[in-house]
Amino acid sequence: MIGFIGKKVGMTTIFGADGTAIPVTILLAGPCEVIQVKSPERDGYSAVQLGFEPTDKKISKPELGHFKKAGTKVYKTLREFRVEDPQNYSVGQIITVEHFKIGDKVDLSGISKGKGYQGARKRYHFSGGPKTHGQSNKWNSPGSLGQSSSPSRVFKGVRMGGRMGNDKVTIPGSKIVSIDPENNLILVRGAVVGPRGGYITIEKKG
Amino acid sequence: MTDAIIRNVEASHLKEIPVFGSGDTVKVHVRIKEGEKERIQVYQGVVISRKGGGTSESFTVRKISGGIGVERVFPLHSPNVAKIEIVKFGRVRRAKLYYLRKKIGKAARIRERRVIVKK
Repeated sequence: MIGFIGKKVGMTTIFGADGTAIPVTILLAGPCEVIQVKSPERDGYSAVQLGFEPTDKKISKPELGHFKKAGTKVYKTLREFRVEDPQNYSVGQIITVEHFKIGDKVDLSGISKGKGYQGARKRYHFSGGPKTHGQSNKWNSPGSLGQSSSPSRVFKGVRMGGRMGNDKVTIPGSKIVSIDPENNLILVRGAVVGPRGGYITIEKKG
Repeated sequence: MTDAIIRNVEASHLKEIPVFGSGDTVKVHVRIKEGEKERIQVYQGVVISRKGGGTSESFTVRKISGGIGVERVFPLHSPNVAKIEIVKFGRVRRAKLYYLRKKIGKAARIRERRVIVKK
């Protein structure tokens, strides 16, 4: 198994064995149930679909049918993970945090917080204009957008202001600091993308 | 619910701390590693602030060392802070005693608060 679904709980500080303070993010991860196993013969590729957080809320009929077919509980969230060995998984199998070890490097993906319409300075870390030397109103301006009469247009993809955030962001190689199988918690070093309560996929490398 | 989870995670990293606050004179026993060896160094001074909460709570201790003011900030729950001993309780009227930095000599004194310690 290479992937897993979790939820961001929040951040705190814990102390390592040598007394160093480690910034950690707490993830509530799993238990996840296998809802569907995709095979190359039937689906063209091999993957495992996992469900996270059972719910009794009303969900759409097609979704309900999907869970009914699998004969599992109804889940709030579904995510699919590519696997090399689909034959090792079966529908209804429960996967827990015990799948990971302390010290594992994992890739964490989630949806970043939406920032709304932002200027080039915040969005792309432009340095802006000078504050002094007679400068009047160009502190946050992005500067030149390109050349002059040739090409006499602005190239596509030039970085400017616009909607920022609400993107899928992956943090590669996060280290697992601690695991609590009893409460389904994983503690990873450093910050994780997204708001508290946001969904995070945890994928083991290699 | 999420805050409860965070508190639970932090709980195992919290130490038992004696009651002290700003104005109190304390001896902080600090673990110092020199290569392989580990020893304890005692740092004595007046607590001028306590800030933060949970595992990240810290306190600042100020002392005058050789005529020069020295301030050290300790993470309250760090394993490197082996012990906190209270020498004297001080009577102060605010939580942060940053004004002491501008006071020299007699003006930097803090009135003592008599406390009956229950055995």
